[in-house]
Amino acid sequence: MLKSFAAYITYDLINLPRDSRLADALNFFIYDTIKIFLLLFVVIFAISVIRSYFPPEKTKRILSHKKEFIGNILAALLGIVTPFCSCSAVPLFIGFVEAGVPLGITFSFLISSPMVNEVAIVLLWGLFGWRVTAIYIGAGLLTAISAGMIIGKLKLEKWIEEYVFKIHVGHWQAASPPAFRERLAVAKWNTLDILKKIWLFIIIAIGIGGFIHGYVPQDFLTHYAGKGNPFAVPVAVAIGVPLYSNAAGVIPIVYALMEKGMSMGTVLAFMMAVTALSLPEMIILRKVLKIPLLGVFVGIMTATIIAVGYLFNAIL
Amino acid sequence: MEIKILGPGCANCHKMEELAKTAVKELGIDAKIKMISDIQEIMKYTMSTPGLVVNGKLKHSGKPLPSPERVKELIRSEI
Repeated sequence: MLKSFAAYITYDLINLPRDSRLADALNFFIYDTIKIFLLLFVVIFAISVIRSYFPPEKTKRILSHKKEFIGNILAALLGIVTPFCSCSAVPLFIGFVEAGVPLGITFSFLISSPMVNEVAIVLLWGLFGWRVTAIYIGAGLLTAISAGMIIGKLKLEKWIEEYVFKIHVGHWQAASPPAFRERLAVAKWNTLDILKKIWLFIIIAIGIGGFIHGYVPQDFLTHYAGKGNPFAVPVAVAIGVPLYSNAAGVIPIVYALMEKGMSMGTVLAFMMAVTALSLPEMIILRKVLKIPLLGVFVGIMTATIIAVGYLFNAIL
Repeated sequence: MEIKILGPGCANCHKMEELAKTAVKELGIDAKIKMISDIQEIMKYTMSTPGLVVNGKLKHSGKPLPSPERVKELIRSEI
């Protein structure tokens, strides 16, 4: 139905000649845009409702005094469904430590949250299908679990700023859980709010994707960044670490790279390096972590992302 | 009435402040709105910012932000 609607606009309403390159591109563009906006609305709304059941306080209770491994897996999964503003990384960190959540498990949570993003999920799903989407979520979880476990094993608690342990945490009043109708209302408001923020950006992304699809040769990057080049993954990560964008912003680049022959593991590694490591985040975390721990964190994340990149290049 | 917005000053915190200002204006009440970025003070109430505290009571914390109508309701409940 969507397809015929897009075709109707292209060929009948705007009256472009059939089989022309421009008409094809426009047809694709209209179809993709409508499809992705429908998906965005449904998925963001659904995730918003799910998230209303996982406030950070609940996640903290679940993770407090958990054993390694199981705790890391739980933390990485909860990172996806627990809503938190990047501005609350510091209070959250302090709250977790205070409640006895082990350091490595706290990191698994903090890593997975920005890496697995709902807008990115929709864009990947709409542009590449569910398989790539599942791989994206899997790679994010795997990175968060392994990096968190390594940090836990290294016993780095001495490199947390002392004041963190001295902060007096108040006896928080538990807000009464909202009624289901209230959850739906908030989810709807939140969905529209996110869409308002990103709609133009998404249209541009789809437009760029369509343009590259039609006009840049298919195997443009295969030679440099295909599976055959063993340096592709570390180079992609080295380029990605200093760059910063949220997961949604990096998708058009990812789209372009994949279309033009970069292998899946390399693209994922690039994407994770861009989204998971950023200067603003380091500055925020510096408030609670001393420099050596921050350095270890960046080092372990970089190594883990490279390893995950190689892994996916090898198995896909 | 005293209203506190908890948060280190990110985009969401400023949006929360705007929401509170609008709500106060529409309710036509006299309220002082203060931004709180001190971590010790924030931790007295919650660990998820942005937070909305009305007369010393935590009314909202974290993302997603409440809708404008909801903010009005939350503040009105303390009048």
